[in-house]
Amino acid sequence: MAMNGTGTLLDASTLPVKEFDGIIVGGGGSGMMASLQLAKSGMTTAVVSKVFPTRSHTVSAQGGITCSIQSADPDDDWRWHMFDTVKGSDFIGDQDSIEYMCKEGPEAIFELENMGLPFSRTEEGKIYQRAFGGQSKDYGKGGQAERTCAAADRTGHALLHTLFQANVKAGTNFLSEWFAVDLVKNENDQVVGVIAFEIETGEPYFLKSKATVLATGGAGRIYQTTSNALINTGDGTGMALRAGFPVQDMEMWQFHPTGIHGHGTLVTEGCRGEGGYLVNKDGERFMERYAPNYKDLASRDVVARSMFTEILEGRGCGPDADHVYLKLDHLGPEIVHKRLPGVTELSKRFAHVDPSEHPIPVVPTCHYAMGGIPTNVHGQVISQNPDGTDKIIDGLYAAGEAACVSVHGGNRLGGNSLLDLIVFGRSAGLHIEESFKSGIKMDDPSSDDINYALRNLNRVNVSQSGENFVKVKKDLQKTMQMNFGVFRTEELMVNGIKEVSDLREKSQNIHLADKSSQFNTARVEALELLNLIEVAEATAISANERKESRGAHSREDYPERDDDNWLKHSIYFSENKQVSKRDVNFRPKQVQAFQPIVRTY
Amino acid sequence: MNSIAASEIKTLKVSIYRYDPLKKEKPYMQDFDIDIPAEKDLMVLDVLMLAKEEDPSISFRRSCREGVCGSDGLNINGKNGLGCITPLSDAVKSNKLAIRPLPGLPVIKDLTVDMKQFVDQYKKVKPYLITDKKVDTKQAIPQTIQEREKLDGLYECIMCGCCSTACPSFWWNPDKFLGPAALLQAYRFIADSRDTATDERLEQLEDAFSVFRCHGIMNCVSVCPKGLNPTKAIGEIKKMLVKRAL
Repeated sequence: MAMNGTGTLLDASTLPVKEFDGIIVGGGGSGMMASLQLAKSGMTTAVVSKVFPTRSHTVSAQGGITCSIQSADPDDDWRWHMFDTVKGSDFIGDQDSIEYMCKEGPEAIFELENMGLPFSRTEEGKIYQRAFGGQSKDYGKGGQAERTCAAADRTGHALLHTLFQANVKAGTNFLSEWFAVDLVKNENDQVVGVIAFEIETGEPYFLKSKATVLATGGAGRIYQTTSNALINTGDGTGMALRAGFPVQDMEMWQFHPTGIHGHGTLVTEGCRGEGGYLVNKDGERFMERYAPNYKDLASRDVVARSMFTEILEGRGCGPDADHVYLKLDHLGPEIVHKRLPGVTELSKRFAHVDPSEHPIPVVPTCHYAMGGIPTNVHGQVISQNPDGTDKIIDGLYAAGEAACVSVHGGNRLGGNSLLDLIVFGRSAGLHIEESFKSGIKMDDPSSDDINYALRNLNRVNVSQSGENFVKVKKDLQKTMQMNFGVFRTEELMVNGIKEVSDLREKSQNIHLADKSSQFNTARVEALELLNLIEVAEATAISANERKESRGAHSREDYPERDDDNWLKHSIYFSENKQVSKRDVNFRPKQVQAFQPIVRTY
Repeated sequence: MNSIAASEIKTLKVSIYRYDPLKKEKPYMQDFDIDIPAEKDLMVLDVLMLAKEEDPSISFRRSCREGVCGSDGLNINGKNGLGCITPLSDAVKSNKLAIRPLPGLPVIKDLTVDMKQFVDQYKKVKPYLITDKKVDTKQAIPQTIQEREKLDGLYECIMCGCCSTACPSFWWNPDKFLGPAALLQAYRFIADSRDTATDERLEQLEDAFSVFRCHGIMNCVSVCPKGLNPTKAIGEIKKMLVKRAL
């Protein structure tokens, strides 16, 4: 019953079913880490990925995986890494999660190395580690640390391919180029699988499972200028919101300092870790003014704001004074070409300069969602009871950028995203494995439950007229860029919320003209728009509610951090469009909690 | 594109391969006049996306748009390459751009080809580390800088398929000759000081077809968007196989 030009409604009674023990939606780093765990345990596992797994956005990560493996410094301590991460988060990262990540990290790194990940090496034959932003020794008192494990500047590629290879070896079942549309819930609010279709044939299915992991990555495509791949449309986040589950801290979007001007593609923070620095039109190394100690290796929110301040005050470079320069040429071709070969390639390709000879024109670009679907350290998705207490959702997990286990809080440190996804992809897999051993019982969904999850697919499939979804998407990206960028004000945001709300109306009435079944990418793009809208609206409303400046969320009308009122997570539900607060975890198990201090670099 | 003043626009003649196996009609080339800004050196993928705005039914793959995910291997004016990092200044001849699917693989629709055979060849070479060295997740398997350097030029493959689908030996014996991409991958593990299965790997490649159908034509080298050299890797495997046979 492939979806075709007849525009027939799909119905639960005739929908084919495939059943697995565990379903992972998304074939990036966190998804394949979870699937590897499950496949090795002998469970029937399917990775549902809208692209062939090695096309996932993890592949673009350049700089490395930050982790205290004591290679560059035998005295390095995971507690120092924890301190940096808590400080980097501007104190709304959950300290139990951060502790877990920093402590468990080394084992995950060595596991990946043992699987074959081709890390760069030191003279002693150990894994090479480089300096990254916001990294310190001795709880901020011992100067810059070198803690980011790297495979040249292609760490994400090396990681993703190694994980794919390990999954091939373990016999993971890939539903490659399948698009997951919506979650299926039973009457007890338990998640029992997803509606998905095979893109090649257009065949829709109910993929049934007792454990569904949303590992769908980021949603940078809500913005006009982003480092994110074209596929980063927040699909899992949209699915969770439509199913009535909340998102957390969605106002927190990281703008990476060094996007290539005019394109958005990134050059790694590792450029600055290797000794590169930023200059304005006068050739001044301006970060010395904003962050006297860490300079160009201050945390990303600080550097991005400093760059925009330089540009706004008229010290930008180029004919339109709308960017600054990243200088690497003083390092010499040896370092640039050996340590940063990928950056050299990207810079030649998209900026038309060889970075060993000329500076690269850069401007901050939307890069990473610190917010996402709230989970505990086992990846279990959390909702809120009416009294504000946490409620675990049976059958649903989330990991990686789609999730908010909240190790990044208000601002992520470079190299912590890859660590997040390997540690928490694995912990989700471990928890599912344990749950299966102790037995999971779940009721089947009714036909109505399945039909409810089919509603969006049906609506798009039978549409006979309506809005052009490409245009709605472009308008959405424009309003997000204009109104929810690096510097925010209530006036702009209220205007933006109105525009996003109008665009949501339009998105309910989009027209898919091409109803063909065979590899119909227009259908995929139409459905992606529904996810972008959910993420954008969550971002817009949460951003306006958080009346302070913290981490990446910088308000001109509320320029100070407000620990009295906002040392909290924001929680947003799509159904009532309300924002509530959730306590930040200050209860790590093995160390004393780090209390908020003034954050300077 | 209407917002750009006429003087800043040039019109490019773009011809795109169209085929839907479910329809009765034969494959054909569909022509588009695409307006592009004169100053900016767009990539082939940008042009494809502009064409798709005119006709949303065109099917092609894309993801990272920066040359690292390997989704958009295409045949561009007769040469295989990645759409997202092939600038028009390199590709366009006499203001014309013809975009076809990678040759030699079954077409699913338009520019989207069936990569199954390509992936199966990759899986055949056991593309994962096999080692009898002690692994305990408490430390890394030691590897010197020099040993690690041997992997440079091998591990960076993005599985776009440009090389194998440019290879006449692969077109001729796609079921038996493994093709440059899979063989590059095979050598990536043979060359890894941590891998201890060299014998097992070579034994699997010993027949007359798997490796030896490579005749050093080097199309793979000339099209590889990552600048890798599969022919050289295949040469290394051949040398090891010959040595083994003596």
